[in-house]
Amino acid sequence: MADQQEFADQAMEYAPQLYSAALRMTRNRADAEDLVQEAYLRGFRSFHTFEEGTNLRAWLFRILTNAYINRYRAKQRRPQESDLGEIEDLYLYRRLGSMETAAAGMSAEEQFLDVFTDDEVKQALEDLPDNFRLPVLLADVEGFAYKEIAEMLDIPIGTVMSRLHRGRKAMQRALYDYAKARGLTTTFDEKHSDD
Amino acid sequence: MGDCRETIRELDAFLDGELPADVHDHIRAHLGDCVDCHQAFDFQAELKLAIRRKCNNDEMPAGLLARIEMCFDEDFDGDGIIGAPDGHETSGPS
Repeated sequence: MADQQEFADQAMEYAPQLYSAALRMTRNRADAEDLVQEAYLRGFRSFHTFEEGTNLRAWLFRILTNAYINRYRAKQRRPQESDLGEIEDLYLYRRLGSMETAAAGMSAEEQFLDVFTDDEVKQALEDLPDNFRLPVLLADVEGFAYKEIAEMLDIPIGTVMSRLHRGRKAMQRALYDYAKARGLTTTFDEKHSDD
Repeated sequence: MGDCRETIRELDAFLDGELPADVHDHIRAHLGDCVDCHQAFDFQAELKLAIRRKCNNDEMPAGLLARIEMCFDEDFDGDGIIGAPDGHETSGPS
């Protein structure tokens, strides 16, 4: 049991990150809490299989991701290979990049994207279909490598890359729609009305 | 032109640090020379950081940590059935 005590000591610091990720996965608080709790319990029980010196955070995220897939995909008869449609590269940049340049004089560049609220960005991510949402979440929010994501999702690295690429573009399209709905793009659209 | 196309195509993998060293260096060199590609690169880099910053800040519900630790305590008795609902680990008919 000593190793289980070690797990309890080492693993709890990742709970806030796991909870945020679970919220992006399940999209509601009660299910996210259940999922995190389930992941910790699974980790606790199988901690003897954890290899000392490897990455505990990645190991926990793998358990969380598996728990989510087992719990929620099991309800669907067949995993959905949703098609997001064709979206051009650099979708958001081609539409908002000039606004950033205009704003560059008055504020630091990295603050330009703060025109989007946290809720808008969360929503744009959560609205992606599972197949695209999980790679974007694991890569962009959690910072895992393609290889780690491929192992967590049990898909080839090439599939991780293509889903990541398409998922990111779909997120950019959603963000652009938020900007447009709030009237942030008016100046830009007037200048480029014949695009 | 060819370099611009390659740079835009590989920009995601470049930002993710997932390109082979020679391709990575080639693109980095191009970004140093090409203002247009560098602007696109800056934007994509900031977008990636903004997504991370804004999607990773939810407050944990009060009591969640305590509930998890309580599971650990209860499972120390070795019965191994705390937490996951019945049926998750068996495939029998429901």
